[in-house]
Amino acid sequence: MSKILLIAEHANGILNSSTGKCVACAAEIPDAEIHVAVFADDGAAVAAQAANLASVTSILVVDNPANANLLAATLAPQVVAISAGYTHIFGPSTTFGKDLMPRVAALLGVNQISDIMEVIGSHSFKRPIYAGNALVTVEAPADKTLVATVRVASYQAIAGDGSANIDAVTADTELPGHTRFIELQAGKSDRPDLQTAARVVAGGRALGSEESFDLIFKLADALGAGVGASRAAVDAGYVPNETQIGQTGKIIAPELYIAIGISGAIQHVTGIKDAGTIVAINKDPDAPIFEIADIGIVGDLFAILPELQEAVSA
Amino acid sequence: MDKILVGLKRVVDYNVRVRVRSDGSGVETDGVKMSINPFDEIAIEEALRIKERGDANEVIVVSIGTSDAQQQLRTGLAMGADRAILVETADAVDALTGARVFQALIERESPDLVLLGKQAIDDDNSQTGQMLAALWGRPQATFASTLVIEGDKATVTREVDVGLEIVEVDLPAVVTVDLRMNDPRYVKLPDIMKAKKKPLDQIPLADLNVEQAVGIDEVKFEPPMERDKGVIVEDVTGLVAALNDKGLI
Repeated sequence: MSKILLIAEHANGILNSSTGKCVACAAEIPDAEIHVAVFADDGAAVAAQAANLASVTSILVVDNPANANLLAATLAPQVVAISAGYTHIFGPSTTFGKDLMPRVAALLGVNQISDIMEVIGSHSFKRPIYAGNALVTVEAPADKTLVATVRVASYQAIAGDGSANIDAVTADTELPGHTRFIELQAGKSDRPDLQTAARVVAGGRALGSEESFDLIFKLADALGAGVGASRAAVDAGYVPNETQIGQTGKIIAPELYIAIGISGAIQHVTGIKDAGTIVAINKDPDAPIFEIADIGIVGDLFAILPELQEAVSA
Repeated sequence: MDKILVGLKRVVDYNVRVRVRSDGSGVETDGVKMSINPFDEIAIEEALRIKERGDANEVIVVSIGTSDAQQQLRTGLAMGADRAILVETADAVDALTGARVFQALIERESPDLVLLGKQAIDDDNSQTGQMLAALWGRPQATFASTLVIEGDKATVTREVDVGLEIVEVDLPAVVTVDLRMNDPRYVKLPDIMKAKKKPLDQIPLADLNVEQAVGIDEVKFEPPMERDKGVIVEDVTGLVAALNDKGLI
């Protein structure tokens, strides 16, 4: 039997949807008992949300003023302190989980599996490498704790009809003071979150300026879509870093993805391969984005976008 | 500060479209262009800028692998690093063993800062820096886009999913760098000549007495699923009709 501990991701009292996706992955492991750990200064609200996740039987709440901001250096020893008896420890492959989980693995003296996209067996998984240009089936030793991150774009969040027990636990360990949170500059946006949006509109370097990117925002708003960008558009300063899609940005899987003025470098394409339908708008008929697009339109984005926005608003 | 240690991995160049071998035993690397992992190149550049500002005395570039990695270390030296260390092994090195190798070198060199790329573009693991910080018992600031050194502290801006997070860490620390930290310099021919005279130590992995971690077995490689061929529409009317057909708008 597998006993799996998931580390919850949350902010401002709200459980991040990445946790429900990790549960969906863990639930594919045969004969698994799934627990979720909530590290917070006051984790009651997050624990109540986590308790609703189907397949989860127990929520462990570790309240500590030091957990007001989730720093890997202070969290990792606490995760280790409550990890006895677990066969697996999972976190999401978001920046939160990518930062934390290898630190946990090293403290436990084990290697880590990054970005699980498919469960083959309790210790065997499939994951992408080389920007998704190859998939590898990996096997972890069965006699050691298995630490992994889950590629959240590969999973739908599990249903919210569960009723897990909630228990307060203490993580008995010394916490380092060498790393201090200063501030979070979060992008303010009323638009759907890029990683959970059903529709995403993204722009690239061809937009040419921060002002022109307004065309992307307008189309996104007409569609009720989230907004993304290629690395080139972020590097050029048209939009902030949190909008970047690709190998080193966000991996997304919306039902509809519209790439506008994005050439489609492999590093970008790996971030959108799981989208339901990919639409490409580009003036270069040879742009690689057309190789993976379901629907393509060759032309000037500055002419196409206003027309498209009007058509979908009608 | 005195020393900055920079990790540098030899990987398949980012422009190469990697192919899986037909027998599923791995990806084709024979005759393929190899380069410094792009994130590591940014780490070298940042270390050099810190030194050039007068905030560090020495930049040491380190790689783990076969003697082929000398080529990438020489590039690091040509960029401006002072010396190089190659930890030689013919075997593939897992992330935890790699972190232990860096830990062994830290014991020899006592650096004030270790700069690494946030991930290598071959295995896409994003693990070594975090593991090293854990083994060393020191701070980690991952996915960094700016790094400001002030005495025995560093202020780091991290690119996180919701925006930018700013943390302060005591030195020594491990910082893993993201794409927007800087634009690495181009290497000039005279620098390549000069780099040939800079010291490059080769240390057999066995000499470091590093405990070999139990690895994750890579059982089978396969190409990703191909998407079906799409259609090209003539105009916006055609696009809207196609989206309607799929029930997407």
